[in-house]
Amino acid sequence: MSEWIEACGADDIDEEDVIRFDHAGHTFAIYRSPDDEYFATDGLCTHEQVHLSGGLVMDDIIECPKHNGRFNYKTGEAKGAPVCVNLKTYPVKIEGGKVLIQVG
Amino acid sequence: MSGGMVIIGAGECGGRAALTLRELGYDGPVTLIGDEPHLPYERPPLSKDAMVADAPAVKAIASEADLVEKTITHLRSVTVESVDSVAKRVKLAGGGELAYDKLLLATGAAPRKLPMPGLGKRCVYLRTFSDVLAIRQHLKPQSSIAVIGGGFIGLELAASARRLGVDVIVIEAQPRILMRGVPAEIAAVVHAAHEAHGAKILCGAGIAAINDDGRKVRLTLADGRMIDADLAVIGIGAVPRTDLAEAAGLRIDNGIAVDAMLRTSDPAIFAAGDCCSFPLAVYGGRRVRLEAWRSALEQGTLAAKNMLGHEEPVSAVPWFWSDQYELTMQIAGLADEGSGTVRRDLGENAFILLHLAGDGRLVAASGVGPDNAVARDIRLSEMLIAKGARPDPAALASPDVKLKKLLSG
Repeated sequence: MSEWIEACGADDIDEEDVIRFDHAGHTFAIYRSPDDEYFATDGLCTHEQVHLSGGLVMDDIIECPKHNGRFNYKTGEAKGAPVCVNLKTYPVKIEGGKVLIQVG
Repeated sequence: MSGGMVIIGAGECGGRAALTLRELGYDGPVTLIGDEPHLPYERPPLSKDAMVADAPAVKAIASEADLVEKTITHLRSVTVESVDSVAKRVKLAGGGELAYDKLLLATGAAPRKLPMPGLGKRCVYLRTFSDVLAIRQHLKPQSSIAVIGGGFIGLELAASARRLGVDVIVIEAQPRILMRGVPAEIAAVVHAAHEAHGAKILCGAGIAAINDDGRKVRLTLADGRMIDADLAVIGIGAVPRTDLAEAAGLRIDNGIAVDAMLRTSDPAIFAAGDCCSFPLAVYGGRRVRLEAWRSALEQGTLAAKNMLGHEEPVSAVPWFWSDQYELTMQIAGLADEGSGTVRRDLGENAFILLHLAGDGRLVAASGVGPDNAVARDIRLSEMLIAKGARPDPAALASPDVKLKKLLSG
């Protein structure tokens, strides 16, 4: 069953940035885009399981801090070598200044 | 009949080139020739994860099924004997010839051999996955290794060996570790981490003699000290594999000399990765040769484009990283282009040295810290370097000023 869980406050993330969120043994990355929208993906790069939250957000791209694998964090799409497997994305909504993501 | 594309060398660079040719829609024959028995694989894990994993495996950049689906012919364990650039044919050792329209030399580099007598079965090098399997047999708790050379590979191997409980001593001839390309301030942090994890490092230590009886190896240092180990791993740099190119009459200049499009002196032959030297636009066309994974990946991709006539020049900023224990070092650019440094402290024992040229341009950034603490700022520095930016040194030194802001400013 899917459920909405509270990940963080909307203000906890800077614009064009990312933070890590761990829940029930799973790690997520929560993004705030330059146009002030929020997104969520799996937290680990599909190449070598590195935390994407240490990476750089540029427009709609998250770049892995380790080997520069790039993903579109809005769609999860892998943007070329060394990453070839897409990132799983999760629905996000903002309620009462909180970022909620739908998991499960 | 068209000879198609032939790639000699099936590492990251050659493998990536083959895949890119297909991604770009090339539908002629693609043949990837490698002298190893494995699928094309990433080398960086060899000194790290593969050395400590319970069941080491190659990290392939393409599966067998991928290669079949993309109709890439991968010849394994095949050595090329010669290249006939006039007839545009490649001659394989053991017979057989292949015609080509365009040829890519992605032959990589080979470990520099220690020019001393006395080396035997217990003196080894680390370059391939097969080397990993051979070395691992000797990495057991209570066993001992001597690492000759305090460069990236030797130190990463030393850190992996410590994780496995192996006694480690690193012997470096220079006055400090990581002399090539890493600032002393950062090398000191890495040195301290090794000592904290129980690895010994001897700097300024020349080796006078090696005695390897096939079961043990004894190193006699110039000052008379003797070191016994179950295994000596030699990591004293790498030399570009240029013999095929030389025999084919191609221009050589610290590797196979290529232009900004990765073309050799023969317009039908390209070279990319560790084996080639190329002009680096970001430093005014200075000719460099890089031994780095990301460069191999990017140049393999670029060579494929240019083999198809894209005419796209190399524009990358060099970038290296190394993982040892909990530390990651990342370096963007070439520090020797700088004349002064600014230090940027990022907390948690992480810091970056920003190297500035006399005219104020940011030319390199070298960082070290736990996990990926320096990664973002190094990446942003790389972008500033690529832009030829002249950032305010005071802003660089202040961790409160976001480098991203300097980039857009």
